Amino acid sequence: MIIFDIEKNLNSHNNLSVLKIALEIPAGSITKIYGPSGAGKTTLLKVIAGLSKPEKGRITVNNTIWLDTANTISISPQERKVGFVFQHYALFPNMTVQQHLSFAANDETWIKELLAIGKLESFADQKPEYLSGGQQQRLAILRALATKPTLLLMDEPFSALDPDMKTELIRELQILWKKQGTTVFIVSHNPQELAGIFDQEILIESPCR
Amino acid sequence: MDLSPILLTLKLAAITTVLLLLIGLPIAWWLSKSRSIFKLIIEAIITMPLVLPPSVLGFYLLLAFSPQHGIGKWLRDVFDIQLVFSFPGLILASVIYSLPFMIGPIKSALQQLSPSLAQASYTLGKNERQTFFHVLLPNIRASVLTAATLTFAHTLGEFGVVLMIGGNIPGVTRVASIAVYDAVENQDYTAANLYSLILFGITFITVISVFVFNKYKAKSPLE
Repeated sequence: MIIFDIEKNLNSHNNLSVLKIALEIPAGSITKIYGPSGAGKTTLLKVIAGLSKPEKGRITVNNTIWLDTANTISISPQERKVGFVFQHYALFPNMTVQQHLSFAANDETWIKELLAIGKLESFADQKPEYLSGGQQQRLAILRALATKPTLLLMDEPFSALDPDMKTELIRELQILWKKQGTTVFIVSHNPQELAGIFDQEILIESPCR
Repeated sequence: MDLSPILLTLKLAAITTVLLLLIGLPIAWWLSKSRSIFKLIIEAIITMPLVLPPSVLGFYLLLAFSPQHGIGKWLRDVFDIQLVFSFPGLILASVIYSLPFMIGPIKSALQQLSPSLAQASYTLGKNERQTFFHVLLPNIRASVLTAATLTFAHTLGEFGVVLMIGGNIPGVTRVASIAVYDAVENQDYTAANLYSLILFGITFITVISVFVFNKYKAKSPLE
């Protein structure tokens, strides 16, 4: 079970607004987070991952406290070790596809399996600048999966994929997530996207001012 | 012709560049990470040699490391080290004088990298040191090369600081720029011209090599 109750100030165009959200999410489920731009969807993922600190809040993942501002507890992103798919991929320009995965995991068999899932076997020696947008996005997903995270946070992860590739990849990912018991949060700005895939959805509306 | 000033200059520039790489990389990284008043003050101090007359910097270094006072006296009494009018003193002065040339380009390059690169590395369980060496540093190679070259070239041309702290001891502190000045003072224009031509040639080759290496990375080595 993932329980969070956070309050985070959002700064945009000199306006101060506050993201307030409290939820309980069953472990092993897929949650879609959607809402308008600037509502704080990405910020929420970063707070969960430990990449951004909220003003107030508490996050508990499978009975382990990750954050408790009242008791000044905040474990590092390295200890939380969530899988994170960044909206703009955040690929390492100096590393090939293979090196991205080896940097995250030391298991050759697992890396081969990931390359097959992302259909990137023949691009293993390519650096991101030589990959298409869709291939870069798949690599970002594979890198996040490489550590076999219990919690996977994905920020607009399928936006650059063509419909066929997207359907096939999601099917394979669902099998993998079920096998590994991964809890998944997927941010999307499109309310219609991912229909039939998620177990619950969260609407983040424009934050309070 | 005595080539020892040229060799001494090259030795000084090489040692200064290596030392500044070791010192400058962690400082630039630290400065690039966040802004605080303390960091701004440190950054201002590091930048001072860019705008301060070299003779002023040299004068204060001469005072600070004079064996008669303060740090200089302590270094002589405890470690039997004398920095004034010695080659190690020249190295120290050059490191301080060229600090902004090493730190500036590296800090700017680190700040231009997307923060999500480091964040992605953290989520993979990598600590800050691993992230710096495996993710950040390889992606600012062109800027590190630029910084190292600027530092090397700047050290080649030092005059005021090295004259103040090192004096003009042949084979010990008499670098090429001082040899040029000395030759002109003695009206030996042939020697002055030769030293100047060699310095010009080395500096030109150094700077043009950065343009060539960074051809695809930056429009100018100063970017």
